[in-house]
Order: sequence, then C-alpha cells, then structure tokens
Amino acid sequence: MTLLTLDLFLLGCGGVLAAVGALVARDATHPQRWGSAIFWLLLAVAVGLGKWLPPIVVGYAVLGLTSLVATKRVGAPQFARGDSVVLTKRAEVLGNRLLWPVLWVPVVAIVGGAVLDSVKFGDVSLVNPKQVAQIALGLGCIVGLATALRTTGEGPLAAAREGGRLLQLLSWSLILPAMLAALGGIMGKAGVGSVIAGLVATALPVQFPLVAVVAYCGGMVLFTVLLGNAFAAFPVMTLGVGLPFIVQAHGGDPAVMGALGMLSGYCGTLVTPMAANFNIVPARLLELKDQYAVIKAQAPFAAAIWVFNVGLMYGCVY
Amino acid sequence: MITLLGLFVVVIGFTLRANPLLVVVAGGLTTGVAAGFSFNEVVAMIGQFFTDNRALVLPIILMVPIVGVLERHGLQERVALLIRRATAATAGRVLWIYQLLRGVTSMFGLSIGNHAAMVRPLIVPMAEGAALVRPGTPSPQSREEIRAHAAAAENVGNFFSDDIVVAVGALLLIKAFFDSAGIVVALSDLKLWSLPTALWVVLVGWWRYRRLDARLKKAAAAAKERAP
Repeated sequence: MTLLTLDLFLLGCGGVLAAVGALVARDATHPQRWGSAIFWLLLAVAVGLGKWLPPIVVGYAVLGLTSLVATKRVGAPQFARGDSVVLTKRAEVLGNRLLWPVLWVPVVAIVGGAVLDSVKFGDVSLVNPKQVAQIALGLGCIVGLATALRTTGEGPLAAAREGGRLLQLLSWSLILPAMLAALGGIMGKAGVGSVIAGLVATALPVQFPLVAVVAYCGGMVLFTVLLGNAFAAFPVMTLGVGLPFIVQAHGGDPAVMGALGMLSGYCGTLVTPMAANFNIVPARLLELKDQYAVIKAQAPFAAAIWVFNVGLMYGCVY
Repeated sequence: MITLLGLFVVVIGFTLRANPLLVVVAGGLTTGVAAGFSFNEVVAMIGQFFTDNRALVLPIILMVPIVGVLERHGLQERVALLIRRATAATAGRVLWIYQLLRGVTSMFGLSIGNHAAMVRPLIVPMAEGAALVRPGTPSPQSREEIRAHAAAAENVGNFFSDDIVVAVGALLLIKAFFDSAGIVVALSDLKLWSLPTALWVVLVGWWRYRRLDARLKKAAAAAKERAP
C-alpha cells in the first residue's frame, strides 16, 4: 500500500482546472465565456477523475474538448500587462525573497526524488518507487506555492486567478502532449511502424555501409518528426533498419549504433511540432507570436548535431 | 498501406496549419478506423491513452500558480535587475550557461526545471535583462528571438546529455530494447558513446548564442540610428 499516489496529485490538478473553469464562468466580460468555461470544466473531469471513469467516457470528453477548440469557442481575454513601473516598485519591496519559491521547487524535487522511496511505515510505503520523481516534483510545487503565498501575502484565490491567466494562454496546447501519446499508441496498435521500416529497407541500397548508417539516422529523424517522440521511433527503426543492415549485415557495434541512433532521433524532436511539450507549449508559454519560433531557433542546432552523429557513427560503428 | 492513412492526415493537417489538437485527434481516429477498429473502440483507446499519459500536465498545472502570483509582485523585473548588475552578462552568455547547467544536471538524471519552472520565470528575464544593458531596449522582434532561443537552450541542454553518469531514462530504454531482442550491450558502452555528442552540443551552443548576441547588437545599433 502507498500513501501518496500520482492520482492524488492529478486530483489536485483537476481541482485547479475546475477553479479556472469556475472563474471563467463568473467573468461576464470574458469574450468566449461559456465555451471556455465548459472546456476547463470538462478538462478538470478528464484529468482529475480520468482513472475512475470508463475509458470511453474520457475519450468522448476529449472529443468534446477538441470540437470546442476546433470551432474556436475557447479563448482567453486580453490580460492587461502589468505596468512595469508599478511592478519594479513592487519588486523592490520583496527583493530576492521573490526568487525563493521558484528555487524551492527543484530543491524539493531532487532531494525528494532521492529519499522518498525509502520511507516506509511497516508495510505501508510513502510513495510508489516508479512515481517518486513526479510525486517529489508535485510536493516541490506545493512547497513553492506555500512559500509564494506567504511571501506575497496573497490568498489561494489569487493563485487560482494568476494560474488561470497562464493556463488560458496555454489553452489547448496543454493537452496536446497527452494526445500525441495517444496517437503514437494507436499507431503502434495499427502496425504503422513496421510498414514504414519495410518501405525504407526496400527503397534504399542499404547493402552499402554508409547508406545503412544514413538510412538509420535519417529514418530516426523522419519517424521522430512524424510521431513527435524519439522513444517511439527507436524500436521501429532499430528493428526495421538498424539491426538487420548495420549489425547483422555489416557487423556493426550495437552500443555505438543504439546510443547515436537515439541522439539522432532527438535532432528530429528539435524540429517537429509533434513534440508539442518541447516546441509548441513553450512558444505559447513565452507568448511568442510565431508558434514555430522555437523550432526555427532549434533547426541549426539539429542540423549540426545530426551531421556530427552520422559522421561519428560511420567512423566508429563498423 | 491503408494503415498509413492517419499519418497522411497528420502531415496534411500540419501543412495546412490547422489547429494541432484537431490534427492529432483526427489522425488518431483515422488510423484506428483504417486499421479496422470500430469508432467507439478508437474513442475508448483515446480515453485510455489520455488517462495513462495525463500526468504530463502535472508539472505545468502545479507550477503556473506559483509563477503567476510571483509575476504580479515583480518577479521578472527583479531577475532582470539582478542580471543588469552583472556587466559581463549578455543574452547569449546567459543562455549558454543555462544550457550547460541543464546539461550537467541531466547527465546525473536530474531535472532542475522545464519551460514553466525555469525558463519563463528566471531564464527569459535574465536574458532580456542582459540584452537591456547593451545599447537600447530590445525591440519586440529581438525579444521574440531571445525567448525562442531560451526555449531552445532548455531543450538542447535537456536532450543531449541524458543519463551519461546516472542512467534513469533513454539509455535504460535502449538497453531494455536490446535485451528483449537478445543482443548483449553493456550500459557503460552506451554511456561512453553518448559522451562525444554531449561535448559537441556545448560547442554548437557556443556558436549559436554568439550569433544571437551579434544579431541583437546589430538590431540595437540599427534602432539607435533610426531614433537619434
């Protein structure tokens, strides 16, 4: 038995989302009041209670969220940007104490991640070892919020209002990562991966060692770009191209291939909108006008790193 | 080939710049139905996968109330002020150091932050604050560029030095995959062969952020000339 589970923290997340929905519903000046309120309340149910509801109910809730977004019924009001003179004055009052709550979060997350799974009361353990990192982060956030409210003298309502301001900026991009995981899972069940690996193997002259390396590393990028996840691309490309052509046909070293193959996949992660939590969510969180701005900044990184990986693999794998 | 129909829906959807959430859900429904599942079965799959992966939202939802409250009390202004006192700081140097720090911690399998916990509250104000000391206020365009590079510093630092000292993620996954395929691979070899790329990425970062600083300087000089 465990005392703290991830589901408990997700219930808390559901509570935050429900508070956002309630605040939107009460805001008569909100430009898309009812669509947005329903969006946040539905999301609160799916996130908070997802584990206890039948999957098909959650599935239809997600379709409901998507249709609200697709018909442009979800939005955020124009939040007034704080007056920077006033904010600078306020910042003088609290000074460096403003930084502590943000720094507490990683401290608690790292220390908690190292020690929490060894805490036991007889048969009852505090956390499930598999969830310890996420739970420690959750606890870090609670400590951080408590310190933030204490330092600023604000109440929980302000936390919901200010959190809601940032969440409304994120809007639909918040659930995109979970939906991409769902897409990847469905594609796995449908056998999309093996079809693609077969296509690569028949279309390219992989009997040449260099072609095999380029096909493998290029396939990792292509597949990561399409699926948004190098972890999903890795088994597909390694089974379809890497093992048969690099290791078995040319006697390559699987350790060199595996390590550099995964790192090539990450180059794909840097340039795909499908890796939403790394590329699209931050663009919204940082209030960028161009939702592909992060990808554009990362593209030169990706190219330089990919070429290096291919060269190193070709030089060392055989 | 019909199994690939969903993939085409995704590619076409992104090309047409349709809403990404809609594209992904449509792609999932198409893939499932094309593979012969009933509509309700696919919806249930979506529900199940959503539930299994909904913990992805946890770090953001629990972090934004903290950041939001502190921002109302001048967090960004305070961080910018601190960095303006350090005269050697430029936007590019701040980002390079953050990328290094992020890389070193991720070598040990630790995460000091993400876009919500570190980049928005601390790194962006630091980099923008540093850009402010140089001639002129950064234009909206320069701001946008600094912010995009800040997000990039987080991602690049996070990805390419995974697990090199203490393996908790990617390398364990690679090892598990080879184990189940019946191929013997030592974890220490995987760590060793991840190292060269991690060092290369530090160099690439140095080049990219130097270019960023050069562009910001040019933009600031041009702005000064226009408005004497």
